[in-house]
Amino acid sequence: MTDKKTGMAREKLVNIHVNGTACEITVPAWRTLLEVLRELGHVEVKCGCEKGDCGACAVLLDGEVVDSCLTLAWNADRRSVMTVQGLGGPGKAHPLQTAFIEHGGAQCGYCTPGMILAAKALLDDIPNPSLDDIKRGLSGNLCRCTGYTRIFSAIRAAAQALRQEGGTS
Amino acid sequence: MNRMENPLAGVKSEKFRQVGKPLIRTDSPTKVYGTAVYAGDLTMPGMLYAAVLHSERASALLRRVDTTRAKELPGVHCVLTAEDLPASQGVMTDMPGQTGGMTKNTKQPILAKDRVRFCGEPIALVAAESVAIAEQAIGLIDVDYQDIDGVYDPFDALAPGAPIVYGDDNVVASYKIRKGDIEKGFAEADVIVENTFTTQYQEQAFLEPEAALAWVDELEVLNIRSSTQVVEHYRAVADAIGLPHNRVRLRAEFVGGGFGGKEVMTIEVWLALLALASRRPVRLVQPRERSFLSHGPRHPFNITHRTGVTRDGKITALQISFTSDAGAYAKLSPYILLYATVGATGPYRVDNLHVDSVSAATNNLPACAFRGFGTMQANLACEGQMEEIAKTLGMDSMEVRRRNFIRTGDANATGQIIRSAVWSDQCATQALAALGKRPENSQTTRIGHGVACYQQSYGRILWMKDSSEAWVGVEMDGTVVVRSAVADIGGGQSSALAQITAEILGVPMKEVVVYFGDGAVTPLAGTSTASRALYMSGNATQMAATRVRENLLGCAGRHFSVEAEELDMNDSQVFVVGDPKRSMTINDCVKLCAAEGVHRHNLAIFKAPTSEGIDPETGQGEVFPDFTYGAHAAQVAVDIETGEVRVLQSIGAHDVGQAINLRAVEGQVEGSALMGQGFALCEELILEQGQLQTRSLSEYLIPTSEDVPKIKAIILESGSGLGPFGSKGIGEPVYAPVAASIANAVTDAIGVHIFELPITPEKIVKALRRKETVG
Repeated sequence: MTDKKTGMAREKLVNIHVNGTACEITVPAWRTLLEVLRELGHVEVKCGCEKGDCGACAVLLDGEVVDSCLTLAWNADRRSVMTVQGLGGPGKAHPLQTAFIEHGGAQCGYCTPGMILAAKALLDDIPNPSLDDIKRGLSGNLCRCTGYTRIFSAIRAAAQALRQEGGTS
Repeated sequence: MNRMENPLAGVKSEKFRQVGKPLIRTDSPTKVYGTAVYAGDLTMPGMLYAAVLHSERASALLRRVDTTRAKELPGVHCVLTAEDLPASQGVMTDMPGQTGGMTKNTKQPILAKDRVRFCGEPIALVAAESVAIAEQAIGLIDVDYQDIDGVYDPFDALAPGAPIVYGDDNVVASYKIRKGDIEKGFAEADVIVENTFTTQYQEQAFLEPEAALAWVDELEVLNIRSSTQVVEHYRAVADAIGLPHNRVRLRAEFVGGGFGGKEVMTIEVWLALLALASRRPVRLVQPRERSFLSHGPRHPFNITHRTGVTRDGKITALQISFTSDAGAYAKLSPYILLYATVGATGPYRVDNLHVDSVSAATNNLPACAFRGFGTMQANLACEGQMEEIAKTLGMDSMEVRRRNFIRTGDANATGQIIRSAVWSDQCATQALAALGKRPENSQTTRIGHGVACYQQSYGRILWMKDSSEAWVGVEMDGTVVVRSAVADIGGGQSSALAQITAEILGVPMKEVVVYFGDGAVTPLAGTSTASRALYMSGNATQMAATRVRENLLGCAGRHFSVEAEELDMNDSQVFVVGDPKRSMTINDCVKLCAAEGVHRHNLAIFKAPTSEGIDPETGQGEVFPDFTYGAHAAQVAVDIETGEVRVLQSIGAHDVGQAINLRAVEGQVEGSALMGQGFALCEELILEQGQLQTRSLSEYLIPTSEDVPKIKAIILESGSGLGPFGSKGIGEPVYAPVAASIANAVTDAIGVHIFELPITPEKIVKALRRKETVG
């Protein structure tokens, strides 16, 4: 569908791989990846501010952590998105998820999906992060409940577990 | 006072198999896997999306609200204004106890009619096919405002001739305490120390904005699934829209942070109206900017302490005044002022005391509940004053505290005798010791240590006659169900009930499922506020589980021909103590019960202690069930050139009575450390003539991961609380001393006391310049 005045496309069919599944959806130019992911049923991607302040909507786009509220869905066309459900789940938990559970890294849980994906991107980049690395890596993700201490310890434990596994996460 | 004995109080923690242990909370996996459902995640077939028009003016007449163009927009299903509501419309923002008494003037219009009293007051509601259409419709509503004089400062509001915000005058509430002989007390003093402390608006800044879904079901019941701390709001919704109470069902989903901001009703009644008008499911998730306008922030307080002390640090007289800014509607301001008044003396015994407190209506944002509920502001002044007294006397401030700590058996500010343990000294000493050695100052950095103690109540005000119900039952396969309408707001409220039940019935915690937060099908549990959820619902659950245990052991005792007292339960087995061969599985035991027709479940009600109120002239009387005591210590580094404060260490030491889940209680201490740091140093909602200037999380700054100091929780267990197994409430108490400890540490570092929070770099630099000029 094109705009009658400008001739520019107003909607287009995009193909986004979400957690390994191809999703085709017709999207207007202005819609954010956050809105489209939630429309596709991925409500594990949380909305906290819609302007990139809080990080609750963070996902991995081709492995890079982005705020999905600041990413237009068109920019995810033919790219891969990972949400926290794509990282792992019951019976196949990612070491980060196991560590968040064991360390009590979640209280109200609303920041948790974005927080875990920011941590995943951090560990992909720095497998053995210092405390300062972790603090910097999470600086775009707000948490109001935990004081972050258990989030930090969970990430360090997960980093160690991943290094012991010997592979990348 | 009617006090319920706790049958298991005083049992030492080493006897527990599960209570007190850092077990994995039942809600952790679902939150970490991203499968936990929050109110804004819910959808229904045919669902519409809501949007709200909030006032742009702080004080204005509404000459006309024209919705014609909004209604004509394709995709719009309904637009509601005050014109569509009965003339008597309004919602009670009070939180009555079980007997329903309400404070005066707590009815607030659902939608503004004729006049708006604050910037953000709701004017119109829209339900449409999409969020985008609903937002477009909001933009098409024409509002013709005529500005009228407003008042934006509580002292101005109380002055003669001030514009009246509502009612007869701008006094929302006032209290006084008259205890002992204040004149005699001041006469006995060697010195008198007087200071005024001010605190700012603080925003809850929960990560999940207000969200709810409402619809009318096949039974003609109005259903609301919401992010709320209070399931019992179904009654207020029903009263506001004229439905019987049994036709409104409110369910609390997992709440993405509450902190008091989801205590008074937020968006539920708007959705109720839209669902009834459209006969479609309607969902609203408030955009962050409007979330700031949809709940009340923490009240700004102005607090003056005039303290008479002897040369050796004993307080002989204390005169305190509080003025708080209630904003444009009362909400919970009268109760919050009461909490401040009762908490005026902090954890100290003061025999000669005058307190005068007043809360004033203004055209600012209506302030409301926030973790600490007025007590923490009162405490901040107390603890700052301790430092000033110590400085005046040339004493160590901990020594001044020790001379004045309240002790078990003493009367507090309202004459209530403290019955539980008071471990203020132990907590403060341990927290300070944990800071360790003070690092060296550098050329531009000054290190400071600070400590603060507190007294914070848990449980609701006694004349609300609070109670909570819980149901515990064992299934035929030996698994366990708990039913409680407690709202799970992220502190582990439902998980604690599983842990208590698992302990009593001797099953692994994973064998227990807790159904929570449903006003229609789980027994009503009261609010998840006032640090009462564990205290009240924990006790009810403990009572129900204990009775189920008695029934099971009764059957097993008859089977083994022993007395029930000779039996125990663990690992899903019922066995004769000391004779492991005589045992059976819990499911075999349950089958015996079933065969004998013995109940395998129990519905229990826990009733809190009650009183009939305080004397209005003296402020004397019992107000709360009990109090929690503890301390927080902080180490800061202040850059004297830039005024920047880095918190290096933040250590909370608290007597929690008995930890139910050690990891969860430590988590409360850690989270409060950072939230209190924000209050001390950087958080402030800024209003100009009632207009909110800080409408996003990039303008209202909460601490981030990069601001996190070394945080430590020290947990002490006196076993003296009124909660299950001797526990005390901790959600608010652990927050109460944090900001004061950081403020005191800054004073220690720079040698100047900044009496006005937040302590920003600008204030520090100015104070240091003034000190150079003066001194």
